[in-house]
Amino acid sequence: MRARDTDWEGVRLHVVTGKGGTGKTTVAAALALALSYNGGKVLLIEVEGRQGIARLFDCPPLPYAERKVGIGLGKDGRTGGDLYALAVDPEGALLDYLDMFYGLRHAGQALTRLGLVDFATTIAPGLSDVLRTGKATEAARRKAGGREVYDAVVMDAPPTGRIGRFLNVSVEVSGLAKVGPVRNHADTVARVIRSPQTAVHFVTTLEEMPIQETLDGLAELRSLGLQLGGIFINKVHPDGLAEADLKAAAEGRTNEAEIALGLKAAGLADAQTLAAGLAIELGEHARNVALQERERRELAAAGQPRYELPAITDGIDLGGLYRLAEVLRNQGAA
Amino acid sequence: MNPPAVPPRLDTDALIDDRRTRIIVCCGSGGVGKTTAAAAIGLRAAERGRHVVVLTVDPARRLAQAMGLSYLDNIPRPVDTGFPSDGSLHAMMLDMKRTFDEIVEAHADPDRAAQILANPFYQSLSSSFAGTQEYMAMEKLGQLYRTDEWDLIVVDTPPSRSALDFLDAPQRLGRFLDGRLIRLLTAPAKPGRAYMKMLTAGFSLVTGTLTKVLGAQVLKDMQTFVTAFDTMFGGFRERADTTYRLLQTPGTEFIVLAAPEPDALREASYFVERLAGERMPLAGLILNRVHIPAATRLSAARSIAAAETLENHEMPNGTAESAGSPRYALAAGVLRLHAERMQLAVRERRVAEHFTAAHPTVPVAEVAAQPEDVHDLEGLRAIGLSLASRPARG
Ligand SMILES: Nc1ncnc2c1ncn2[C@@H]1O[C@H](COP(=O)(O)OP(=O)(O)OP(=O)(O)O)[C@@H](O)[C@H]1O
Ligand SMILES: Nc1ncnc2c1ncn2[C@@H]1O[C@H](COP(=O)(O)OP(=O)(O)O)[C@@H](O)[C@H]1O
Ligand SMILES: [Mg+2]
Ligand SMILES: [Mg+2]
Repeated sequence: MRARDTDWEGVRLHVVTGKGGTGKTTVAAALALALSYNGGKVLLIEVEGRQGIARLFDCPPLPYAERKVGIGLGKDGRTGGDLYALAVDPEGALLDYLDMFYGLRHAGQALTRLGLVDFATTIAPGLSDVLRTGKATEAARRKAGGREVYDAVVMDAPPTGRIGRFLNVSVEVSGLAKVGPVRNHADTVARVIRSPQTAVHFVTTLEEMPIQETLDGLAELRSLGLQLGGIFINKVHPDGLAEADLKAAAEGRTNEAEIALGLKAAGLADAQTLAAGLAIELGEHARNVALQERERRELAAAGQPRYELPAITDGIDLGGLYRLAEVLRNQGAA
Repeated sequence: MNPPAVPPRLDTDALIDDRRTRIIVCCGSGGVGKTTAAAAIGLRAAERGRHVVVLTVDPARRLAQAMGLSYLDNIPRPVDTGFPSDGSLHAMMLDMKRTFDEIVEAHADPDRAAQILANPFYQSLSSSFAGTQEYMAMEKLGQLYRTDEWDLIVVDTPPSRSALDFLDAPQRLGRFLDGRLIRLLTAPAKPGRAYMKMLTAGFSLVTGTLTKVLGAQVLKDMQTFVTAFDTMFGGFRERADTTYRLLQTPGTEFIVLAAPEPDALREASYFVERLAGERMPLAGLILNRVHIPAATRLSAARSIAAAETLENHEMPNGTAESAGSPRYALAAGVLRLHAERMQLAVRERRVAEHFTAAHPTVPVAEVAAQPEDVHDLEGLRAIGLSLASRPARG
């Protein structure tokens, strides 16, 4: 047993960012499945109108409403809890906000018809961000009958390039409103986002640009005073090769004769030529592994917990998601 | 089954050697290699005697350094290629906010321009509206073209999920600025319009709600922004239309980039169809980061079978590592590795054939996945060379 159950005890809102295409949506979903183990509920939120969750769980497009999309990963013989999902769009969030805080449902609808909601959420600085993050913080803190409705909320957030601005709501909104209700709302949301209840995780692959963006993003969020989460290294290709063989190959010292001997023993024709070809492939692979080792070290220097997720061949389906969830669980992420 | 269709080859050297080619636009979904390809094609064209400017949007840091793009000043800088040729290479990195500011400054008197630039709505529009980057990339392209200082412009396109954004987003900004609400908000300043009456009721509801929720200042800022911008709105749409037409003229060539993966090629397919619909000239598809095994004669299945033979051979007595007996672990590991590479190559081939079956006339060039990221002129040259040479297979 570890001293703590998981690395993120006490975190209620998990924000997942990373460079585009590295696997934010996939990892957010796997994390949500992994988190919903004790019969409790977990909410997975997406905020960019992409319907990525629906695609992943193979269900119809999500409305602006919390829907059950799956059952979490079980633990210690217990079955998993319920996984809910929500697609937040700025327009829906504004109507929600008007309704919740001002009882202005009808006015909101009129504003939508006039195109005002679209206009305001599109260019009012920070407004769309505070509405979306506000929905996530609201869900994370929502209570019913004296206890929290959700055990955890996982947000599939915007990519690294936009995450600082997205989460730094109260500052962004101050360009819009120095005082007033929206400003107060932003300050409340900002307090939750800056609290130890929120952690911002980064998804990366072992490639140069995603790693650079991760390091830059970590530095940016650190300077904004946000609580950093884990680094999720995604799409890792395992290989069964010995370290010494890889090292030799990376330095161009592959023992071709040894490979040829093996090929011959396996009954393959023209073992000599074939060994030469395979040695080239091994060399490329080994240099790549060496490069990835350097990249791992760079990530390690950032000082946050790291998790490694295998590349799943032939596309991610529900089975693949559970596999990733299991891996996260075993590594202590949930 | 019919044999898989073989696409015509995209001959990028012929494209850049043809002096009639004035603009090359590199499009594709995120991360497929647009920026890399644009730089590589620009470099190669310069080394083949063209006077080239590369308009890049988001180069990786080290690539930007290698091209001498250490500062963002929104104007082309000469790149020292260290290669003697009759041509020349300039490069610039797009600064979208600055490009937007410059349009405002050019079209409004100084007082009004200053008022607009300071407005929070303008600042948000110019730095984070989805579509501004695409609009400004097109705008910059138009500006570079009009200077007539270069005989070839190679354009990288902004990172977006869909390649179509580059074509659609500029109009989106134009439409947005032209929209109904803008008319509504400017209406009170122009009494006497026919729709005034109808809107008055709506308007007081709007202002009432907004004041309540956002505070009076916000509404004032919004109106200031809209009124100050008013004279420029129509202009934005026109500018977008002008550049759009430039993309339809002979001399412009589109190159679509894709990785040999289903998502990227699906996007490429959409884009190819769209270009045809818009009568925009498509030079072809670059299939980037193709994995080419070194020993293609051994299939994945036979490779796995051989690996299994060796693994079984080794296990029973467990003496594989002991002195004298042959060590098969390396061979088995290498065979497994090879099998994976062959499977990957087969998958890549299959999605590429799929694309060609749907678009048999689209020329294709392949670029092998380089062992490392491309971040210097040497790496760009290697890509250029890879583009120019015949594919190793197929
Ligand atoms: N561990 C994995 N193994 C194999 N494929 C993966 C893995 N993780 C993600 N993928 C695949 O990579 C692609 C991108 O993943 P995903 O959509 O989760 O990324 P994203 O960061 O959310 O992208 P975007 O920036 O477009 O929102 C998808 O096709 C997904 O199935
Ligand atoms: N053929 C290639 N082999 C290896 N790495 C490549 C290749 N093409 C691109 N890359 C790398 O992939 C990353 C993304 O490329 P980039 O050109 O920035 O893509 P885009 O502009 O389409 O987002 C960069 O780090 C680049 O060096
Ligand atoms: Mg996503
Ligand atoms: Mg790019």
